Amino acid sequence: MAMTMTQKILAAHAGLDSVVPGQLIQANLDCVLGNDITSAVAIPEFRKTGAKAVFDREKVAIVLDHFTPNKDIKAAEQCKTCRTFAREMGVKHFYDVGAMGIEHALLPEKGIVVPGDCVIGADSHTCTYGALGAFSTGIGSTDMAVGMATGQCWFKVPEALRFTLTGKLPPLVSGKDVILHIIGMIGVDGALYKSMEFVGDGVASLTMDDRFTICNMAIEAGAKNGIFPADEAAQAYAKEHSTRPFQVYAADPDAEYVAEYTIDLSTLSPVVAFPHLPENTRTFDEIPKDLKIDQVIIGSCTNGRLGDMAAAAAILKGRKIHPDVRCIIFPATQQIYLDCVRLGYAEIFVSAGAAFSTPTCGPCLGGHIGIMAAGEKTISTTNRNFVGRMGDVTSEIYLASPATAAASAVTGCITDPRTL
Amino acid sequence: MNAKGKVFKYGDNVDTDVIIPARYLNDPRGEVLAQYCMIDIDPEFAKKVQKGDIIVANKNFGCGSSREHAPLSIKCAGVSCVIAASFARIFYRNSINIGLPILECPEAAAEIQAGDTVSVDFDSGVITDETTGKTYQAQGFPPFIQEIMAADGLVAQTRAKLEGK
Repeated sequence: MAMTMTQKILAAHAGLDSVVPGQLIQANLDCVLGNDITSAVAIPEFRKTGAKAVFDREKVAIVLDHFTPNKDIKAAEQCKTCRTFAREMGVKHFYDVGAMGIEHALLPEKGIVVPGDCVIGADSHTCTYGALGAFSTGIGSTDMAVGMATGQCWFKVPEALRFTLTGKLPPLVSGKDVILHIIGMIGVDGALYKSMEFVGDGVASLTMDDRFTICNMAIEAGAKNGIFPADEAAQAYAKEHSTRPFQVYAADPDAEYVAEYTIDLSTLSPVVAFPHLPENTRTFDEIPKDLKIDQVIIGSCTNGRLGDMAAAAAILKGRKIHPDVRCIIFPATQQIYLDCVRLGYAEIFVSAGAAFSTPTCGPCLGGHIGIMAAGEKTISTTNRNFVGRMGDVTSEIYLASPATAAASAVTGCITDPRTL
Repeated sequence: MNAKGKVFKYGDNVDTDVIIPARYLNDPRGEVLAQYCMIDIDPEFAKKVQKGDIIVANKNFGCGSSREHAPLSIKCAGVSCVIAASFARIFYRNSINIGLPILECPEAAAEIQAGDTVSVDFDSGVITDETTGKTYQAQGFPPFIQEIMAADGLVAQTRAKLEGK
Protein backbone atom coordinates (compact mmCIF):
# COMPACT_ATOMS: atom_id res chain seq x y z
CA MET A 1 0.00 0.00 0.00
CA ALA A 2 1.20 3.53 -0.80
CA MET A 3 2.56 5.42 2.21
CA THR A 4 3.30 8.98 3.28
CA MET A 5 6.77 10.07 4.49
CA THR A 6 5.69 9.62 8.10
CA GLN A 7 4.15 6.20 7.50
CA LYS A 8 7.34 4.99 5.77
CA ILE A 9 9.56 6.09 8.65
CA LEU A 10 7.23 4.48 11.20
CA ALA A 11 7.04 1.22 9.21
CA ALA A 12 10.83 1.03 8.94
CA HIS A 13 11.23 1.61 12.68
CA ALA A 14 8.58 -1.00 13.52
CA GLY A 15 10.26 -3.59 11.30
CA LEU A 16 7.24 -3.74 8.98
CA ASP A 17 7.03 -3.57 5.19
CA SER A 18 4.06 -1.27 5.38
CA VAL A 19 1.63 0.31 7.83
CA VAL A 20 -1.85 1.77 7.47
CA PRO A 21 -3.45 4.72 9.28
CA GLY A 22 -4.92 3.70 12.63
CA GLN A 23 -2.56 0.73 13.03
CA LEU A 24 -0.99 0.49 16.50
CA ILE A 25 2.72 -0.23 16.37
CA GLN A 26 5.80 -0.47 18.58
CA ALA A 27 8.60 1.53 16.96
CA ASN A 28 12.34 1.56 17.69
CA LEU A 29 13.64 4.98 18.66
CA ASP A 30 16.73 6.85 17.46
CA CYS A 31 16.50 9.41 20.24
CA VAL A 32 14.56 9.95 23.48
CA LEU A 33 14.61 13.56 24.71
CA GLY A 34 13.63 15.29 27.92
CA ASN A 35 14.09 18.67 29.59
CA ASP A 36 14.49 19.69 33.23
CA ILE A 37 10.74 19.82 33.90
CA THR A 38 9.62 16.66 32.13
CA SER A 39 12.71 14.56 32.97
CA ALA A 40 12.15 15.33 36.65
CA VAL A 41 8.85 13.44 36.34
CA ALA A 42 10.26 10.77 33.99
CA ILE A 43 13.29 9.76 36.08
CA PRO A 44 11.31 8.34 39.06
CA GLU A 45 9.05 6.54 36.54
CA PHE A 46 12.14 5.12 34.81
CA ARG A 47 13.26 3.72 38.19
CA LYS A 48 9.84 2.10 38.66
CA THR A 49 10.26 0.12 35.42
CA GLY A 50 13.09 -1.74 37.14
CA ALA A 51 15.54 -0.89 34.33
CA LYS A 52 19.09 -0.47 35.58
CA ALA A 53 20.41 1.39 32.53
CA VAL A 54 19.10 3.44 29.64
CA PHE A 55 18.65 1.40 26.44
CA ASP A 56 21.47 3.25 24.66
CA ARG A 57 23.42 6.05 26.33
CA GLU A 58 24.06 7.66 22.91
CA LYS A 59 20.34 7.82 22.10
CA VAL A 60 19.11 9.68 25.15
CA ALA A 61 19.24 13.49 25.32
CA ILE A 62 18.57 15.52 28.47
CA VAL A 63 18.66 19.29 28.08
CA LEU A 64 18.25 21.59 31.09
CA ASP A 65 16.58 24.48 29.29
CA HIS A 66 13.22 25.34 30.83
CA PHE A 67 13.74 26.80 34.31
CA THR A 68 17.45 27.44 33.76
CA PRO A 69 19.69 29.11 34.72
CA ASN A 70 17.90 27.84 37.84
CA LYS A 71 15.03 30.18 38.62
CA ASP A 72 14.41 29.05 42.21
CA ILE A 73 15.31 26.37 44.75
CA LYS A 74 12.70 23.87 43.55
CA ALA A 75 13.85 24.30 39.93
CA ALA A 76 17.42 23.79 41.09
CA GLU A 77 16.40 20.52 42.75
CA GLN A 78 14.77 19.32 39.51
CA CYS A 79 17.95 20.11 37.58
CA LYS A 80 19.99 18.28 40.22
CA THR A 81 17.78 15.20 39.78
CA CYS A 82 18.42 15.32 36.01
CA ARG A 83 22.15 15.96 36.37
CA THR A 84 22.64 13.09 38.83
CA PHE A 85 20.67 10.72 36.59
CA ALA A 86 22.54 11.75 33.43
CA ARG A 87 25.90 11.15 35.10
CA GLU A 88 24.83 7.83 36.60
CA MET A 89 23.54 6.58 33.25
CA GLY A 90 26.37 8.07 31.20
CA VAL A 91 23.89 9.97 29.02
CA LYS A 92 26.01 11.23 26.15
CA HIS A 93 23.81 14.13 25.09
CA PHE A 94 23.44 15.90 28.42
CA TYR A 95 23.49 19.70 28.22
CA ASP A 96 23.73 21.93 31.27
CA VAL A 97 24.05 25.71 31.65
CA GLY A 98 26.94 27.02 29.57
CA ALA A 99 26.54 24.29 26.98
CA MET A 100 22.77 24.00 26.85
CA GLY A 101 20.51 25.66 24.37
CA ILE A 102 16.79 25.40 23.78
CA GLU A 103 16.41 21.69 23.04
CA HIS A 104 14.75 21.92 19.62
CA ALA A 105 17.39 24.27 18.26
CA LEU A 106 20.18 22.37 20.01
CA LEU A 107 19.52 18.80 18.86
CA PRO A 108 19.68 19.54 15.11
CA GLU A 109 22.66 21.89 15.65
CA LYS A 110 24.56 19.13 17.50
CA GLY A 111 23.70 16.61 14.79
CA ILE A 112 21.75 14.41 17.22
CA VAL A 113 18.82 14.13 14.79
CA VAL A 114 19.24 13.32 11.07
CA PRO A 115 16.82 12.58 8.20
CA GLY A 116 14.80 9.38 8.57
CA ASP A 117 15.11 9.24 12.38
CA CYS A 118 12.26 8.30 14.72
CA VAL A 119 12.42 10.58 17.74
CA ILE A 120 10.28 11.15 20.82
CA GLY A 121 10.68 14.04 23.24
CA ALA A 122 8.94 14.90 26.47
CA ASP A 123 8.22 18.34 25.10
CA SER A 124 5.42 19.13 22.70
CA HIS A 125 7.66 21.03 20.27
CA THR A 126 9.72 17.92 19.53
CA CYS A 127 7.88 17.96 16.20
CA THR A 128 10.48 20.56 15.09
CA TYR A 129 12.86 17.95 13.61
CA GLY A 130 10.43 17.15 10.82
CA ALA A 131 12.29 19.93 8.99
CA LEU A 132 15.09 17.39 8.52
CA GLY A 133 12.79 14.71 7.12
CA ALA A 134 12.67 12.88 10.46
CA PHE A 135 9.59 11.62 12.30
CA SER A 136 9.59 13.35 15.65
CA THR A 137 6.79 13.91 18.10
CA GLY A 138 6.07 15.17 21.57
CA ILE A 139 5.07 12.70 24.28
CA GLY A 140 4.85 12.82 28.08
CA SER A 141 7.17 11.87 30.88
CA THR A 142 5.93 8.28 31.18
CA ASP A 143 6.59 7.65 27.48
CA MET A 144 10.04 9.19 27.97
CA ALA A 145 10.70 6.89 30.95
CA VAL A 146 9.64 3.78 29.04
CA GLY A 147 11.47 4.98 25.91
CA MET A 148 14.69 5.34 27.93
CA ALA A 149 14.19 1.86 29.41
CA THR A 150 13.22 -0.04 26.25
CA GLY A 151 14.18 2.08 23.23
CA GLN A 152 10.62 1.76 22.00
CA CYS A 153 7.37 3.71 21.95
CA TRP A 154 3.81 2.83 20.97
CA PHE A 155 2.24 4.85 18.16
CA LYS A 156 -1.03 4.96 16.30
CA VAL A 157 -0.04 5.40 12.63
CA PRO A 158 -1.41 8.81 11.65
CA GLU A 159 -3.40 9.93 8.66
CA ALA A 160 -1.87 12.89 6.85
CA LEU A 161 -2.67 16.33 5.50
CA ARG A 162 -0.65 17.51 2.50
CA PHE A 163 0.39 21.13 2.09
CA THR A 164 1.78 21.85 -1.35
CA LEU A 165 3.89 25.01 -1.22
CA THR A 166 4.54 26.94 -4.42
CA GLY A 167 6.32 30.22 -5.18
CA LYS A 168 8.67 32.12 -2.93
CA LEU A 169 8.06 34.26 0.19
CA PRO A 170 8.15 38.04 -0.29
CA PRO A 171 10.71 40.07 1.71
CA LEU A 172 9.96 40.37 5.46
CA VAL A 173 7.58 37.40 5.33
CA SER A 174 8.95 34.27 7.01
CA GLY A 175 8.28 30.68 7.98
CA LYS A 176 6.47 31.97 11.07
CA ASP A 177 3.96 33.77 8.86
CA VAL A 178 3.49 30.57 6.82
CA ILE A 179 2.66 28.40 9.84
CA LEU A 180 0.46 31.05 11.49
CA HIS A 181 -1.40 31.39 8.18
CA ILE A 182 -1.92 27.60 8.08
CA ILE A 183 -3.09 27.40 11.72
CA GLY A 184 -5.48 30.28 11.07
CA MET A 185 -6.82 28.33 8.10
CA ILE A 186 -7.27 24.87 9.68
CA GLY A 187 -7.62 25.75 13.40
CA VAL A 188 -5.90 24.58 16.57
CA ASP A 189 -7.31 21.08 16.15
CA GLY A 190 -7.29 21.11 12.33
CA ALA A 191 -4.57 18.45 12.20
CA LEU A 192 -5.54 16.57 15.39
CA TYR A 193 -3.81 13.15 15.56
CA LYS A 194 -2.52 13.66 11.98
CA SER A 195 0.75 14.36 10.13
CA MET A 196 1.26 17.62 8.29
CA GLU A 197 3.41 16.94 5.22
CA PHE A 198 4.91 19.94 3.42
CA VAL A 199 5.87 19.41 -0.21
CA GLY A 200 6.03 21.27 -3.51
CA ASP A 201 8.49 23.37 -5.47
CA GLY A 202 8.16 26.20 -2.94
CA VAL A 203 10.00 24.11 -0.32
CA ALA A 204 13.40 24.74 -1.92
CA SER A 205 13.01 28.50 -1.39
CA LEU A 206 12.53 28.09 2.38
CA THR A 207 15.61 28.27 4.61
CA MET A 208 16.17 25.45 7.09
CA ASP A 209 15.38 27.96 9.87
CA ASP A 210 12.00 28.65 8.22
CA ARG A 211 11.31 24.91 7.98
CA PHE A 212 12.20 24.34 11.66
CA THR A 213 9.76 27.12 12.60
CA ILE A 214 6.99 25.63 10.44
CA CYS A 215 7.39 22.09 11.83
CA ASN A 216 7.80 23.46 15.37
CA MET A 217 4.25 24.81 15.38
CA ALA A 218 2.59 21.74 13.81
CA ILE A 219 1.54 20.88 17.38
CA GLU A 220 -0.38 24.17 17.54
CA ALA A 221 -2.69 22.71 14.89
CA GLY A 222 -2.95 19.54 17.00
CA ALA A 223 -0.68 17.53 14.67
CA LYS A 224 1.29 14.47 15.68
CA ASN A 225 4.16 15.69 13.51
CA GLY A 226 5.11 18.04 10.72
CA ILE A 227 7.55 16.90 8.07
CA PHE A 228 9.40 18.22 5.02
CA PRO A 229 11.14 16.07 2.39
CA ALA A 230 14.85 15.62 3.15
CA ASP A 231 15.85 17.60 0.07
CA GLU A 232 19.30 18.92 -0.89
CA ALA A 233 19.22 21.67 1.77
CA ALA A 234 18.14 19.28 4.55
CA GLN A 235 20.78 16.73 3.57
CA ALA A 236 23.45 19.45 3.43
CA TYR A 237 22.38 20.59 6.92
CA ALA A 238 22.60 17.03 8.26
CA LYS A 239 26.06 16.50 6.73
CA GLU A 240 27.32 19.80 8.10
CA HIS A 241 26.12 19.03 11.64
CA SER A 242 26.40 15.24 11.96
CA THR A 243 28.60 12.34 10.97
CA ARG A 244 25.74 9.85 11.33
CA PRO A 245 24.59 8.11 8.15
CA PHE A 246 20.96 8.83 7.32
CA GLN A 247 18.05 7.51 5.31
CA VAL A 248 15.87 9.63 3.03
CA TYR A 249 12.18 8.72 2.81
CA ALA A 250 9.88 10.18 0.16
CA ALA A 251 6.10 9.79 0.07
CA ASP A 252 4.73 7.44 -2.58
CA PRO A 253 3.14 9.40 -5.45
CA ASP A 254 -0.19 7.72 -4.75
CA ALA A 255 -0.06 8.05 -0.94
CA GLU A 256 -3.41 8.96 0.59
CA TYR A 257 -4.08 12.28 2.29
CA VAL A 258 -7.29 13.12 4.14
CA ALA A 259 -7.05 16.72 2.93
CA GLU A 260 -4.83 18.68 0.55
CA TYR A 261 -4.01 22.37 0.53
CA THR A 262 -1.99 24.46 -1.92
CA ILE A 263 -0.32 27.62 -0.65
CA ASP A 264 1.35 30.13 -2.97
CA LEU A 265 4.07 31.53 -0.73
CA SER A 266 4.38 34.68 -2.85
CA THR A 267 0.84 35.74 -1.84
CA LEU A 268 1.50 35.66 1.92
CA SER A 269 1.98 38.69 4.14
CA PRO A 270 2.93 39.12 7.82
CA VAL A 271 0.48 37.40 10.20
CA VAL A 272 -0.25 38.06 13.88
CA ALA A 273 -2.15 35.59 16.11
CA PHE A 274 -4.32 37.48 18.60
CA PRO A 275 -5.13 36.29 22.13
CA HIS A 276 -5.84 33.61 23.23
CA LEU A 277 -5.35 30.96 20.53
CA PRO A 278 -2.80 30.56 17.73
CA GLU A 279 -5.72 30.20 15.29
CA ASN A 280 -6.91 33.78 15.92
CA THR A 281 -4.79 35.08 13.05
CA ARG A 282 -5.04 38.45 11.37
CA THR A 283 -3.13 40.16 8.59
CA PHE A 284 -2.30 43.85 8.86
CA ASP A 285 -5.38 44.99 6.95
CA GLU A 286 -7.34 43.68 9.98
CA ILE A 287 -5.10 45.04 12.75
CA PRO A 288 -5.67 48.47 14.36
CA LYS A 289 -2.69 50.81 13.85
CA ASP A 290 -2.59 51.96 17.48
CA LEU A 291 -2.53 48.62 19.31
CA LYS A 292 0.04 49.39 22.03
CA ILE A 293 2.26 46.75 23.57
CA ASP A 294 4.27 46.68 26.79
CA GLN A 295 6.79 44.00 25.94
CA VAL A 296 8.46 42.27 22.98
CA ILE A 297 9.93 38.77 23.19
CA ILE A 298 12.19 37.53 20.39
CA GLY A 299 13.55 34.00 20.66
CA SER A 300 12.40 30.47 21.72
CA CYS A 301 12.44 27.05 20.03
CA THR A 302 10.15 28.58 17.42
CA ASN A 303 12.18 31.66 16.46
CA GLY A 304 15.52 31.74 18.29
CA ARG A 305 17.74 30.62 15.42
CA LEU A 306 20.38 32.68 13.66
CA GLY A 307 18.07 33.60 10.77
CA ASP A 308 15.59 34.94 13.33
CA MET A 309 18.30 36.95 15.08
CA ALA A 310 19.39 38.33 11.68
CA ALA A 311 15.81 39.38 10.88
CA ALA A 312 15.52 41.20 14.22
CA ALA A 313 18.95 42.82 13.81
CA ALA A 314 18.11 44.06 10.32
CA ILE A 315 15.11 45.92 11.76
CA LEU A 316 16.79 47.17 14.95
CA LYS A 317 20.05 48.36 13.36
CA GLY A 318 20.39 52.08 13.99
CA ARG A 319 16.99 52.23 15.70
CA LYS A 320 15.86 52.42 19.34
CA ILE A 321 13.33 50.35 21.26
CA HIS A 322 10.29 52.51 22.07
CA PRO A 323 10.62 53.97 25.60
CA ASP A 324 7.35 52.37 26.74
CA VAL A 325 8.45 48.89 25.65
CA ARG A 326 10.63 46.23 27.31
CA CYS A 327 12.30 44.13 24.61
CA ILE A 328 13.96 40.82 25.49
CA ILE A 329 15.96 38.91 22.88
CA PHE A 330 17.22 35.41 23.62
CA PRO A 331 19.09 33.33 21.05
CA ALA A 332 18.29 29.62 21.27
CA THR A 333 21.77 28.13 21.70
CA GLN A 334 25.26 29.06 22.85
CA GLN A 335 26.47 28.80 19.24
CA ILE A 336 23.76 31.19 18.03
CA TYR A 337 24.60 33.52 20.93
CA LEU A 338 28.26 33.49 19.88
CA ASP A 339 27.31 34.05 16.24
CA CYS A 340 25.22 37.05 17.35
CA VAL A 341 28.30 38.47 19.08
CA ARG A 342 30.62 37.82 16.13
CA LEU A 343 28.18 39.16 13.53
CA GLY A 344 27.51 42.35 15.51
CA TYR A 345 23.85 41.53 16.26
CA ALA A 346 24.50 41.60 20.01
CA GLU A 347 25.78 45.16 19.77
CA ILE A 348 22.79 46.18 17.63
CA PHE A 349 20.35 44.68 20.18
CA VAL A 350 22.00 46.20 23.24
CA SER A 351 22.52 49.60 21.55
CA ALA A 352 18.84 49.62 20.60
CA GLY A 353 17.91 49.16 24.25
CA ALA A 354 16.97 45.48 24.27
CA ALA A 355 17.86 42.97 27.00
CA PHE A 356 20.02 40.26 25.41
CA SER A 357 19.66 37.02 27.34
CA THR A 358 21.37 33.66 27.66
CA PRO A 359 19.44 30.75 26.05
CA THR A 360 16.41 29.59 28.07
CA CYS A 361 12.79 28.56 27.50
CA GLY A 362 11.83 30.82 30.45
CA PRO A 363 9.92 33.68 28.79
CA CYS A 364 7.88 31.51 26.40
CA LEU A 365 6.05 29.53 29.06
CA GLY A 366 5.97 32.19 31.75
CA GLY A 367 8.64 30.28 33.63
CA HIS A 368 10.96 33.17 34.39
CA ILE A 369 12.18 36.36 32.65
CA GLY A 370 9.60 38.64 31.08
CA ILE A 371 6.54 37.66 33.16
CA MET A 372 3.60 40.03 32.58
CA ALA A 373 1.54 41.95 35.14
CA ALA A 374 -2.25 42.26 34.93
CA GLY A 375 -3.52 43.76 31.68
CA GLU A 376 -0.13 43.93 29.96
CA LYS A 377 0.42 43.01 26.32
CA THR A 378 3.38 41.22 24.71
CA ILE A 379 4.10 40.60 21.06
CA SER A 380 6.17 37.45 20.95
CA THR A 381 7.90 35.18 18.45
CA THR A 382 7.01 32.18 20.63
CA ASN A 383 4.35 29.57 19.91
CA ARG A 384 1.41 29.86 22.31
CA ASN A 385 -0.82 32.75 23.35
CA PHE A 386 -3.02 30.87 25.81
CA VAL A 387 -4.63 32.60 28.80
CA GLY A 388 -1.99 33.31 31.45
CA ARG A 389 0.81 31.59 29.53
CA MET A 390 3.28 34.44 30.14
CA GLY A 391 1.93 35.88 33.36
CA ASP A 392 -1.27 37.22 34.88
CA VAL A 393 -4.47 35.69 33.49
CA THR A 394 -5.55 39.10 32.19
CA SER A 395 -2.30 39.67 30.23
CA GLU A 396 -2.30 39.18 26.46
CA ILE A 397 0.10 37.53 24.00
CA TYR A 398 0.25 38.30 20.28
CA LEU A 399 2.28 35.82 18.20
CA ALA A 400 4.31 37.04 15.24
CA SER A 401 7.55 36.73 13.28
CA PRO A 402 10.88 38.18 14.46
CA ALA A 403 10.60 40.99 11.87
CA THR A 404 7.10 41.95 13.03
CA ALA A 405 8.09 41.73 16.71
CA ALA A 406 11.21 43.87 16.15
CA ALA A 407 9.26 46.48 14.16
CA SER A 408 6.69 46.63 16.96
CA ALA A 409 9.48 47.09 19.53
CA VAL A 410 10.53 50.23 17.67
CA THR A 411 7.09 51.82 17.32
CA GLY A 412 5.49 50.59 20.57
CA CYS A 413 2.46 49.36 18.61
CA ILE A 414 1.90 46.14 16.63
CA THR A 415 3.53 47.09 13.35
CA ASP A 416 3.86 45.66 9.85
CA PRO A 417 7.64 45.37 9.33
CA ARG A 418 7.18 46.35 5.66
CA THR A 419 6.01 49.82 6.71
CA LEU A 420 8.98 50.72 8.91
CA MET B 1 -14.66 -0.50 36.61
CA ASN B 2 -17.04 2.36 37.23
CA ALA B 3 -16.97 6.01 38.17
CA LYS B 4 -19.61 8.32 39.59
CA GLY B 5 -19.46 11.97 40.52
CA LYS B 6 -20.53 15.54 40.09
CA VAL B 7 -19.63 17.33 36.85
CA PHE B 8 -17.29 20.28 36.35
CA LYS B 9 -17.95 21.59 32.83
CA TYR B 10 -15.57 23.46 30.51
CA GLY B 11 -15.54 24.62 26.88
CA ASP B 12 -13.31 24.12 23.82
CA ASN B 13 -9.50 23.99 23.75
CA VAL B 14 -8.81 23.76 27.50
CA ASP B 15 -5.01 23.94 27.34
CA THR B 16 -2.45 22.44 29.68
CA ASP B 17 -1.26 25.94 30.67
CA VAL B 18 -4.60 26.67 32.34
CA ILE B 19 -4.85 23.14 33.77
CA ILE B 20 -1.48 23.57 35.49
CA PRO B 21 0.42 26.81 34.76
CA ALA B 22 4.21 26.72 34.34
CA ARG B 23 4.72 28.58 37.62
CA TYR B 24 3.82 25.34 39.44
CA LEU B 25 6.01 23.03 37.34
CA ASN B 26 8.97 23.38 39.67
CA ASP B 27 7.54 20.53 41.75
CA PRO B 28 6.94 17.12 40.13
CA ARG B 29 4.74 15.67 42.91
CA GLY B 30 1.15 14.92 41.95
CA GLU B 31 -0.30 15.79 45.36
CA VAL B 32 1.32 19.25 45.18
CA LEU B 33 0.21 19.84 41.56
CA ALA B 34 -3.35 18.84 42.50
CA GLN B 35 -3.64 21.91 44.77
CA TYR B 36 -3.34 24.15 41.69
CA CYS B 37 -5.29 22.03 39.21
CA MET B 38 -7.35 24.18 36.76
CA ILE B 39 -6.32 27.35 38.63
CA ASP B 40 -6.15 29.65 35.58
CA ILE B 41 -9.54 28.62 34.19
CA ASP B 42 -11.41 27.85 37.44
CA PRO B 43 -9.63 29.11 40.58
CA GLU B 44 -12.23 27.42 42.84
CA PHE B 45 -11.82 23.96 41.28
CA ALA B 46 -9.18 22.56 43.63
CA LYS B 47 -11.20 23.67 46.67
CA LYS B 48 -14.52 22.35 45.40
CA VAL B 49 -13.58 19.06 43.72
CA GLN B 50 -14.57 15.87 45.57
CA LYS B 51 -13.08 12.43 45.08
CA GLY B 52 -14.82 10.77 42.15
CA ASP B 53 -15.95 13.98 40.43
CA ILE B 54 -15.94 14.12 36.64
CA ILE B 55 -14.67 16.76 34.19
CA VAL B 56 -16.71 17.25 31.01
CA ALA B 57 -15.37 19.50 28.23
CA ASN B 58 -15.82 20.19 24.55
CA LYS B 59 -13.22 19.70 21.80
CA ASN B 60 -9.42 19.48 21.97
CA PHE B 61 -9.15 19.10 25.76
CA GLY B 62 -5.53 19.22 26.98
CA CYS B 63 -4.03 21.00 24.00
CA GLY B 64 -0.62 22.64 24.16
CA SER B 65 2.31 21.53 26.28
CA SER B 66 3.24 17.87 26.75
CA ARG B 67 3.44 18.37 30.52
CA GLU B 68 2.25 15.15 32.14
CA HIS B 69 1.74 17.34 35.19
CA ALA B 70 -1.67 18.21 33.64
CA PRO B 71 -3.33 14.77 33.72
CA LEU B 72 -1.38 14.00 36.91
CA SER B 73 -2.83 17.05 38.67
CA ILE B 74 -6.34 16.08 37.55
CA LYS B 75 -5.89 12.47 38.69
CA CYS B 76 -4.40 13.48 42.04
CA ALA B 77 -7.18 16.04 42.59
CA GLY B 78 -9.49 13.00 42.78
CA VAL B 79 -11.16 13.27 39.37
CA SER B 80 -12.40 9.83 38.30
CA CYS B 81 -12.87 10.49 34.59
CA VAL B 82 -12.55 13.19 31.92
CA ILE B 83 -15.17 13.16 29.17
CA ALA B 84 -14.59 15.39 26.12
CA ALA B 85 -15.71 15.77 22.52
CA SER B 86 -12.03 15.23 21.60
CA PHE B 87 -8.63 15.28 23.28
CA ALA B 88 -5.30 16.74 22.18
CA ARG B 89 -3.13 13.77 21.30
CA ILE B 90 -0.31 14.12 23.88
CA PHE B 91 -2.82 14.61 26.71
CA TYR B 92 -4.68 11.55 25.44
CA ARG B 93 -1.66 9.25 25.53
CA ASN B 94 -0.37 10.72 28.81
CA SER B 95 -3.72 9.98 30.45
CA ILE B 96 -3.71 6.38 29.25
CA ASN B 97 -0.09 5.94 30.31
CA ILE B 98 -0.71 7.19 33.87
CA GLY B 99 -4.11 5.53 34.28
CA LEU B 100 -6.43 8.57 34.21
CA PRO B 101 -9.64 7.34 32.58
CA ILE B 102 -10.71 9.49 29.62
CA LEU B 103 -13.60 9.06 27.21
CA GLU B 104 -14.33 10.70 23.85
CA CYS B 105 -18.05 11.36 23.41
CA PRO B 106 -19.18 14.52 21.57
CA GLU B 107 -22.87 14.00 22.42
CA ALA B 108 -22.23 13.67 26.15
CA ALA B 109 -19.84 16.62 26.03
CA ALA B 110 -22.52 18.77 24.40
CA GLU B 111 -25.45 17.86 26.63
CA ILE B 112 -24.14 17.15 30.14
CA GLN B 113 -24.31 20.25 32.33
CA ALA B 114 -22.16 21.49 35.21
CA GLY B 115 -23.37 20.07 38.52
CA ASP B 116 -25.08 17.01 36.99
CA THR B 117 -24.35 13.67 38.59
CA VAL B 118 -22.84 11.31 36.02
CA SER B 119 -21.85 7.66 36.17
CA VAL B 120 -19.56 5.84 33.77
CA ASP B 121 -19.19 2.14 33.03
CA PHE B 122 -15.69 1.83 31.58
CA ASP B 123 -16.19 -1.73 30.33
CA SER B 124 -19.15 -0.83 28.13
CA GLY B 125 -18.28 2.85 27.56
CA VAL B 126 -21.79 3.83 28.64
CA ILE B 127 -22.09 7.27 30.25
CA THR B 128 -25.25 7.97 32.25
CA ASP B 129 -26.35 11.46 33.25
CA GLU B 130 -28.26 10.53 36.39
CA THR B 131 -29.64 14.07 36.69
CA THR B 132 -31.39 13.92 33.31
CA GLY B 133 -31.60 10.14 32.91
CA LYS B 134 -29.95 10.25 29.48
CA THR B 135 -27.33 7.73 28.43
CA TYR B 136 -24.48 8.08 25.92
CA GLN B 137 -22.18 5.57 24.24
CA ALA B 138 -18.49 6.59 24.26
CA GLN B 139 -15.89 5.19 21.89
CA GLY B 140 -14.23 2.09 23.29
CA PHE B 141 -10.47 1.67 23.55
CA PRO B 142 -8.64 -0.69 21.17
CA PRO B 143 -7.31 -3.90 22.86
CA PHE B 144 -3.71 -2.57 22.77
CA ILE B 145 -4.69 0.38 24.95
CA GLN B 146 -6.97 -1.74 27.16
CA GLU B 147 -3.91 -3.88 27.93
CA ILE B 148 -1.97 -0.82 29.12
CA MET B 149 -4.89 0.24 31.30
CA ALA B 150 -5.42 -3.28 32.65
CA ALA B 151 -1.74 -3.42 33.60
CA ASP B 152 -2.25 -0.24 35.67
CA GLY B 153 -0.40 2.00 33.25
CA LEU B 154 2.58 1.86 30.91
CA VAL B 155 5.27 1.82 33.61
CA ALA B 156 3.77 -1.20 35.40
CA GLN B 157 3.29 -2.95 32.06
CA THR B 158 6.92 -2.25 31.09
CA ARG B 159 8.17 -3.50 34.45
CA ALA B 160 6.27 -6.76 33.98
CA LYS B 161 7.71 -7.15 30.47
CA LEU B 162 11.29 -6.37 31.56
CA GLU B 163 11.04 -8.81 34.49
CA GLY B 164 9.67 -11.45 32.14
CA LYS B 165 12.76 -11.24 29.94
